[in-house]
Amino acid sequence: MVRTNFKVFEEDYWAINTILQELLKNSNSSSVLLLDKTGQLISSLGDPPQFDLHSFASLCAADFEANAQLAVLIGEKDFSTLYHQGSNESMYLARVESNIILVILFDKRTTLGLVRLRAKKALDNLSTVIRRLYGKLEYENEENTEFNEEFVQQAEVEIDSLFTD
Amino acid sequence: MSLINYSSREINVKIVYYGPGLCGKTTNIQYIYDKVTPETKGKLITLATEMDRTLFFDFLPLELGKVKGFRTRFHLYTVPGQIYYDASRKLILRGVDGIIFVADSQRSRYDANIESLYNLHENLGEYQIKLDDVPYAIQYNKRDLPDVISVKELEEELNPKHYPAFEAVAVKGTGVFDTLKAIAKSVLRNLS
Repeated sequence: MVRTNFKVFEEDYWAINTILQELLKNSNSSSVLLLDKTGQLISSLGDPPQFDLHSFASLCAADFEANAQLAVLIGEKDFSTLYHQGSNESMYLARVESNIILVILFDKRTTLGLVRLRAKKALDNLSTVIRRLYGKLEYENEENTEFNEEFVQQAEVEIDSLFTD
Repeated sequence: MSLINYSSREINVKIVYYGPGLCGKTTNIQYIYDKVTPETKGKLITLATEMDRTLFFDFLPLELGKVKGFRTRFHLYTVPGQIYYDASRKLILRGVDGIIFVADSQRSRYDANIESLYNLHENLGEYQIKLDDVPYAIQYNKRDLPDVISVKELEEELNPKHYPAFEAVAVKGTGVFDTLKAIAKSVLRNLS
């Protein structure tokens, strides 16, 4: 099986960020994140987080996946959205297409109803962008000039210098 | 499946430590976390039971810095080794870019190693991946303990295809970075 990398190109990245920015503003949320199901962060906008974003993204993906397995056990295909309510901060997670997760962090400046409503439109728009991106990846030329021998050699030097006892 | 963002110039890759229960996967990650500089590492996440057994996974993001303008990150995961956490192991393998199999060298754990390796093949199969498709290395851990199996014998049983193999005493750090470096280089070479 040929395994391809998930690539986000300039045009798609800005299209995604425009949608996330609009969602952030219209829903009055604190932050929005987009990640893939493997826990890799694609983009984040909003208040600068007080935590490690990459660790947060990995936990969000794990949360979503664990719940998807629970859904299967009770005879559902999956749970396309999740809501975690805190006394101050809350989270709303939603699946975009099959492999992407939207995460919205919000506090008492807004309500779940408004977040859910604004998320619905954003999910439709994100789906369009993600489908276009998948289309590009399918027909993309496998040749990749950016990651040539020079890249590998530079990376190896960095790895040797950073990963030492 | 690495994530390459051409706009924000970022590369994220996922490396998974696999192996039987108590073989030293978390010890590997903990040692790396303790030794790398603060600017290189993110927050270490450990989802463990009260007895310090991994329940879901450990996670450590490491940042390599910029390589040819790309900010390069390694996301290190461990799987829970105990047999009944198979659903968790399967989930963590999703989108894996490189695998380190940590084998326990003790004679008493011989069967556990074989079972875990078989389980790895099986779970990769669920994603239509073969071990030959992914950068892979094996680490023979706990070499300092009494009654360990010889490396020759371990190689014959666990590594007949002679993937890169490293002897280790993870609790003292021996072999930990050698294994990580080999996989990290192999994963990035795979991008080219």
